Order: sequence, then structure tokens, then C-alpha cells
Amino acid sequence: MAENEDKKIFTRGNEALAMAAIEAGCRYYFGYPITPQGEIPEYLSRELPKVGGRFLQAESEIASINMLLGAGALGARVMTSSSGPGISLMQEGISYMAGSEIPGLIVNVSRCGPGLGGIAPSQGDYFQATRGGGHGDYRTPVLAPGSPQEMYDLAFLAFDLAFKYRTPVMILADAVIGQMKEQVVRREPLPPAPLPEWALTGADGRASRLLKSLFLAEGELEKQTLKQLDKYHEIERREPRWEEFMTEDADFIVIAFGIIARIAKSSIRMARKQGIKAGLLRPITLYPFPVEPIQKLSARVKKILVVELNTGQMVDDVRLSARPGTGIELYFRSPGAGSLPSLEEIAGEMERRFR
Amino acid sequence: MKQVFSRPPELIDIPSHFCPGCHHGLIHRLTAEALNFYGLRKKTIAVSSVGCSVFLYNYIDVDTVEAPHGRAPAVATGVRRVLPDRFVFTYQGDGDLAAIGMSEIIHCANRGENITVIFVNNSIYGMTGGQMAPTTLLGMKTATTPYGRNFSNDGYPIRMAEFLAPLEGVAFSARVAVDKIANLRRAKKILFQAFQTQIRGLGFSFVEFLSACPTNWGLSPVEAARKVEQEMIPYYPLGIFKEKKETDHL
Ligand SMILES: Cc1ncc(C[n+]2csc(CCOP(=O)(O)OP(=O)(O)O)c2C)c(N)n1
Ligand code: SF4
Repeated sequence: MAENEDKKIFTRGNEALAMAAIEAGCRYYFGYPITPQGEIPEYLSRELPKVGGRFLQAESEIASINMLLGAGALGARVMTSSSGPGISLMQEGISYMAGSEIPGLIVNVSRCGPGLGGIAPSQGDYFQATRGGGHGDYRTPVLAPGSPQEMYDLAFLAFDLAFKYRTPVMILADAVIGQMKEQVVRREPLPPAPLPEWALTGADGRASRLLKSLFLAEGELEKQTLKQLDKYHEIERREPRWEEFMTEDADFIVIAFGIIARIAKSSIRMARKQGIKAGLLRPITLYPFPVEPIQKLSARVKKILVVELNTGQMVDDVRLSARPGTGIELYFRSPGAGSLPSLEEIAGEMERRFR
Repeated sequence: MKQVFSRPPELIDIPSHFCPGCHHGLIHRLTAEALNFYGLRKKTIAVSSVGCSVFLYNYIDVDTVEAPHGRAPAVATGVRRVLPDRFVFTYQGDGDLAAIGMSEIIHCANRGENITVIFVNNSIYGMTGGQMAPTTLLGMKTATTPYGRNFSNDGYPIRMAEFLAPLEGVAFSARVAVDKIANLRRAKKILFQAFQTQIRGLGFSFVEFLSACPTNWGLSPVEAARKVEQEMIPYYPLGIFKEKKETDHL
């Protein structure tokens, strides 16, 4: 019990994530400043040197992601963090990392767009994150934390997935979860991971190794892509994660992720008091999307309400997952300063659509 | 009988895909000789770039990671931060390094990353079919300067070796050519010196090779080598522009 007390801290989401990254074995960070993720590089620039790691502020996000690619090619646990405009600049590098099967963690504490948009919370990067973002036929696992505790936990999961499947992994957070201070329970730090057999180290007494994404010979790229596709299929089978809240007896389901899911939970409690039997399904992995539970729930509930802080992006995946004929509605707020819906507003929408 | 000349094992024995008279092959050979001389194969991580040089890894037998177009210096920085005791070099064309990758090369040089950059200046985009590069000479006709490069529209050819030399992080910067035996010998010596700069931990080393692209210059191999001598060298003088003896801690 007392031991567990030691593991409890009170911290911000962004710091919880940075702390977890180190405990999950990350020793290298490359990034370029942008709001609202500043606490991550600030924490890591302070803490990484203490554990023998390196922190480097790059000249741009283009440089950061390519430093990640280089460091990742050596089998090291590496990460970067940014927000909208910076994540856009990283897409070329993410595509190359996916193509060369180089793992790494990219954190997007997202803000509004398009363009410079604004620094308020947003879920407008859902398509960019889950549809690949960069050029070519690839996928990136995307994890969406719903609390500072999950900022912490998902950093561990991100590195697990990145190395298990040799892929870049994205954590898609938002400004509220990043800034929110809450209790976080820490785990034991992971022991150092063994170096993967593909890592570049210098060809000392062995054949040289090569990490590349160019496959020019006839049939070569198709073969490589199909190999990657097998991997994506395995990810889709084994890795979906989600949370269900009051779904057992629910007649109506709200589907939301991140900060919106958190607000929706309170709205559901409120609606339940009014006699509306609502529940929540919160995707934790946005890719792979939790198709199966949505399919199952859609067979028995009367209606699904998707709530998003964008003009409707995840709703496409819900439509693809639910049984044909399921009543699916969308309540969205277009992101910008002052547009985060209150729990009363979401409860009001439920009242209107579920009653 | 004593063997005085052979292919260094770092240079893989396969037919070259380069066009006849292309200088990339010669520069690969010198690179392999330098790796061999200093016994670097076992501790080298090479970063290849995008251009005709992309197949570096088909010829040079070391651990290699492929960088996106222009980003090799950033990739090499990542490598360097994780394994500070390895030997790290990039091999980049002039479109790659001096156009799309200008930001990455300047910041890498300015950080004084202890790596070696082999820069192949053939004054043109080879792989994509002979378009203008930042290094294309004034008046030179290319696929995208059909009337010749004109400074009022296209700016001036950039001298990278001189441009980078004043940066504090740069320990060694030089320009060489491989158009004739005397230049080739000198190029080899200078490349060895650049490698030594890294081995001694002095900081960023840069060797610009003037290189012929007979295919996109529309010239025979002999004429192309002559163009290096008669047109390129007068604008891009050969020599060492920076040579630090010890690490300066400013
Ligand atoms: C982002 C991006 N833009 C454009 C290209 C197309 N491209 C491939 S090679 C190249 C230029 C190569 O020229 P250079 O660096 O001079 O090398 P060379 O082929 O002459 O050796 C370009 C523009 C690309 N691969 N990626
Ligand atoms: S196009 Fe030019 S640079 Fe490319 S291989 Fe041919 S001669 Fe060499």
C-alpha cells in the first residue's frame, strides 16, 4: 500500500507523458517549439541528461522527424512532439519511417487548423493521423489519451507497439488533456530493451544492414507493401483498445474520444438522471479503430451519437463499423477559442436526439 | 609478385548503373578507399540521399540508412546523438544538399556535428532529367533553363564549400575534382583528411566534389571532363577553405 503511495503523483498530462517516455526507455528527444506541448520538451531537456539521454532542439520539424528517423534506425527509443503545423511538416519523415520500418513516437498535442488556426483544443487532425498523413500506402497506430493517467500509460504502449510492429506510432492528444493536472499512478520503469536484430550499429563481424524505403525492382515494392499489409491486419486484429462506460443496459450510445469523451461521461450521468439510458464508447486506439465493439453495440442500441471537436471526421469510421441501418447522428463543434462544448450542451444534445 | 592495386572490399563488386563518364563512380571508389584505409567498415553508418547517388548502398558495403531528399544531415545528426563513437558520413548531390536540404546542411554544420559530408556538385539535377540546380552555371542550358540560367530570374550558382567554411562548427571544408589524375590524387588526399577530422573528433567536415554528368550535359565523357576543367573549376576553385587543427571551445 505504502509502496503504491510512492507511485502516486500530481501532474500535468504533458509532463506525465514525458515522464512515462523516459520510464519506457526513451533516451532521445528531437523537437521544435510549438504551443500547446511546451511542457514535454521542457521536462525532457531537464530530465534526459540525468539518465544519460540526449535532448536536441532541432531547426524545424522537418529536421526533428529526420533526426528521429536516424536515431530510430539504430534501434534506439526516440520521440518527438509537436502540434498541427509542425505535424504537417513531419509527414514526409513519418512516411519514410513507415516505409523503412523504423520505430519512433510522435506526439501531437493538437491545436486548431487549417493554417495557423489557433491554440485552442481541437480534434481536427483525426484524418491526418489515422489516414496516414504522408504519401503512400501505409498506416500509423494512433493512440488517443483521455486523461493525464492515459498520457502516462499510452506512452508505454506506444513504444511497445512501435517496436513490436516496427512502425512510427502517434499519440494524438489535445491541449486540455495536456494541460490538465491530476493524480497519476506510476509504474516500475522498464528495464533496458535488447537491441533489435535489424538495428544499424556498424557492420562489425557481420554483413552490412540497410534500412530503406526505395524498392525499384519489378515486383519488389508490391511484395514489401503486402508484407506491411499483413502487419497492419495483425494490428487491426490484436491491438484495438477502447473504454465502455455504462453500456451494459444502454439504449443509446455516445462515441467520442479524448477530452470530448471525458466531458460526455458527465453528460451521460446527467442524462441518466433524466431517465435516458445512455452509455459511452471511447476509442483509445483511433487506428486500429475499435470496429468490433461498435458493430456489436450497434446491433442492440437505438441510436448512436458521435460527438467531435471538428466538423465530423471520426464519424466516418463509426459509419464503417456500425451495422448498416444503424441510426448514427453527429454533434460537432468546430474547433476554436470558446468552442469546447460544456457537459450541459452535450447532455442537451442527448436529450434532444435520444428522447 | 607484390600486388599494388586492388578493389577495396568496401567497394562491392557489381556492375555500375552510372552512365559512362559519370564521376559518381570515382567518388564512390575514393570513399571506399578511405573507409578501408582507416579500417572504418565495422563502425560506419552511412546516410544515403535522393538523386543518382541513392544506390550508394549497392556499392559501399557498410550499414546504411536512406534519408528523404535533402534530409541526410538531420538523419546523420540523429545517428550521431545515439552512437557518438561511430563513423558517420552522408553522400549528397547538389539538388539534395544545396536546394531542398539547405536548412538541414547549414544547421548540421553549425552544430558542428562530428560527421563527414561528401557533396557531389554536378551543377544539375541528374536523376530527374537535367533540370537547373542551385549550382548550375550562369548561361548554362538545362531542362528548365532552356535559354540558359539567367541571374535576374534564377539567382547565382552557390559555392557551398566557401559558404559553409566560416561557420564555427565547421572543422574542415574543401573542394576537389576528379576530372584528371592529378586532381583525383589530390581529391583522395583531401577526402582522407576530412575522414581524419572526424576520427579526431574535431567537428563537421565537408568535401565538395566537382562531378561530371555527361548525360544531362549532353556531352561525351571526355568533353564532360573537359567542361569540369574549363567551366566549373574557374567558377568553383579547388582548395581547402577551412582546416581546424584542434577543437576550439568558444
Ligand atoms: C521531396 C522530393 N522532391 C523531389 C524529388 C525528386 N527528385 C529526385 S532526385 C532529385 C534531384 C537530384 O539531383 P541532385 O541532388 O543534384 O543529385 P544527382 O541526381 O544529380 O546526383 C529530385 C528533385 C524527391 N524525390 N523528393
Ligand atoms: S544522370 Fe548524370 S549524375 Fe546521374 S548517373 Fe548519369 S551521368 Fe551520373
